[in-house]
Amino acid sequence: MTKYKMHLLVCGGTGCRASASDSIVESLKQELENKGLSDEVQVIMTGCFGFCEKGPIVKVLPDNTFYIEVKPEDAAELIDEHIIKGRQVKRLLYKDPEKKESIADSKHMDFYKKQIRIALRNCGFIDPENVDEYIGRDGYMALGKCINEMTPQDVIQVIKDSGLRGRGGGGFPAGLKWEIASKNDADQKYVVCNADEGDPGAFMDRSILEGDPHAVLEAMAICGYATNATKGLIYIRAEYPLAIKRLKIAIDQAREYGLLGKNIFGSDFEFDVEMRYGAGAFVCGEETALIHSMEGLRGEPTIKPPYPAESGYLGKPTNVNNVETFANVPVIINKGANWFTKIGTEKSKGTKVFALAGKINNVGLIEVPMGTTLREVIFEIGGGIKDGKKFKAVQTGGPSGGCLTEKHLDTPIDFDNLIAAGSMMGSGGMIVMDEDDCMVSVSKFYLDFTVEESCGKCSPCRIGNKRLYELLDQITKGKATMDDLQRLRNMCEVIKDTSLCGLGQTSPNPILSTLDNFWDEYVAHIKDHKCPAGQCKDLMKYVIIEENCVGCTACARVCPVGAISGEKKQVHYIDPSICIKCGACIERCKFDAIIVK
Amino acid sequence: MAKIKTLADLKKMREDLQSKVDLREKADSPESYVQIKVGMATSGIASGAKEIMDFLIEALEKRNIEAVVSQTGDMGYCFAEPTIEVQKPGEDPIVFGYVDVKKADEIIERYIKRGELVDGIIPQNYQVIDDKDNKKA
Repeated sequence: MTKYKMHLLVCGGTGCRASASDSIVESLKQELENKGLSDEVQVIMTGCFGFCEKGPIVKVLPDNTFYIEVKPEDAAELIDEHIIKGRQVKRLLYKDPEKKESIADSKHMDFYKKQIRIALRNCGFIDPENVDEYIGRDGYMALGKCINEMTPQDVIQVIKDSGLRGRGGGGFPAGLKWEIASKNDADQKYVVCNADEGDPGAFMDRSILEGDPHAVLEAMAICGYATNATKGLIYIRAEYPLAIKRLKIAIDQAREYGLLGKNIFGSDFEFDVEMRYGAGAFVCGEETALIHSMEGLRGEPTIKPPYPAESGYLGKPTNVNNVETFANVPVIINKGANWFTKIGTEKSKGTKVFALAGKINNVGLIEVPMGTTLREVIFEIGGGIKDGKKFKAVQTGGPSGGCLTEKHLDTPIDFDNLIAAGSMMGSGGMIVMDEDDCMVSVSKFYLDFTVEESCGKCSPCRIGNKRLYELLDQITKGKATMDDLQRLRNMCEVIKDTSLCGLGQTSPNPILSTLDNFWDEYVAHIKDHKCPAGQCKDLMKYVIIEENCVGCTACARVCPVGAISGEKKQVHYIDPSICIKCGACIERCKFDAIIVK
Repeated sequence: MAKIKTLADLKKMREDLQSKVDLREKADSPESYVQIKVGMATSGIASGAKEIMDFLIEALEKRNIEAVVSQTGDMGYCFAEPTIEVQKPGEDPIVFGYVDVKKADEIIERYIKRGELVDGIIPQNYQVIDDKDNKKA
């Protein structure tokens, strides 16, 4: 076997591929070929590195040099300078935004310093399309250990002892879930992987499946062994084509090696995995709706109990876990529950993956121990707020979560603390907002999403959320009264209490948390007809400052609706009843004569 | 592809496959391994640094010594090429000059394995910028 002296890891996540990382791989390979180095240097396309803000990423090993924003045409220079002459290509190194110094070694970057990677351990490290690399990283050892050395009860006990909680949002103890499923007898049981990731801004499940698909397959097989299920189903949304492709490759490879199928590791245990595609409905992330969708029925939830562990897919006991939850399982089996419990907080063990998005410098995917504070995540790992603006809030938990503010920055993040602070963990999306974001509009955005995604089965969610949206809309237009605010809050409480499933039970959270934390902002919209962040168009008014206007007519000519009138060399006037507040006139005016009030 | 029928099969396979990724694993925590940097600028390559690097990688693996061998730029001791810098875990790096295959072998056997000093050490007579900054701070 040829022993490569250097490895070039190129990010092959969806984000970096959109920036042509597959052509980078081609160019690098071509360039190595030209220089006769193909036998010495290996180019590997891996999963996501997480530092999506600066993608595409190319990492050179063994010296651990981290190149950012690489383009296919940089390949020649990388090979000539770094590989042949041993000189780093400075212009492609990451620069510390504060110290303005280049950092070559990713271990020294603030972004990576505080991270502990368990679920993402192989993302950006191995070739996800090559099972051999996974096996080289202890892949399938945990499954082997379970089947050969442990009873199903032992396996469940380890997962229970580890304190692993469901990473999909609810935080239900995974070991307990497995135990319930294992105790229900049936001729057929199922293990389902919930890969219906739907929170706006969250992409950890996609990245795990794209970067380390075998980890999920292995964990599903372990779960099958523990609960005596022989069939695994992955419910994934069809709009994740790359994840689907890599999962399919992984399933084929695992079958070829006999790691899926009959007589796994020479035992009587059999387990196989199939894929089921969702059409991208948010509600199908709810486990009963997901199961109905897999059965070919409408993706609508049903009342629990019965829980899927008693009566799930086709009426059989079914254990449903989320992708990230599964990704933790092989590591826990290999390293032991005790090791896992040392990471995290008292009631939330291990790590959590977060997708950082919004007005933050380092947009990307991170994995930190539970108990890390929001401040560390946003200001150290995330590199602070874009363009030096002021932090206003961070939205966690997607449409089911809430907004946390400055006063929560030092709260250690775990399942229970986030709920106590009026938000929730959710799947781990974190959308950071700055002073320019209007919190009423943010709530409206989420309600718009929920109205769109409500399945319509129960009335509180179907009708109630629509009414909430309309009220918010009135507020952003300055047409609401203070009584409406009270109505808004009452309705939120009722919808929470009476909705059928998690979607409706949590959809008012964005409103409730902003009412609690940004009451003044709501009042400003209603009483002063002003949007403090300057986002609500209906509350803005474009006015011409008479002293500055020279009557050049530029604004009148650019106005798409003809709202500006005035003679040449005379002061102009904007008719507010016609103006659509597009801002074209402000951009055109050379005399700073137009302002927004 | 052959089926994996037992846990022993998998373990054996892992042994074989680990070498595929161990370079990446070691790069994650190089300080816990012997790190060797080979000066591979033009002068280094001209005087045979590439062969030395190949030899080091092969020899270390054969002798079961966990090490990270990487190339670096010109170390400045062009008179003594090929030069290599060896850093054992927790120790200061030492630079050796005029390294040929025989010398490389001696370095592995005597310095890396047994901790004896061998001839050919180039004393460090400069400071790097990082050191200076650290001292000031």
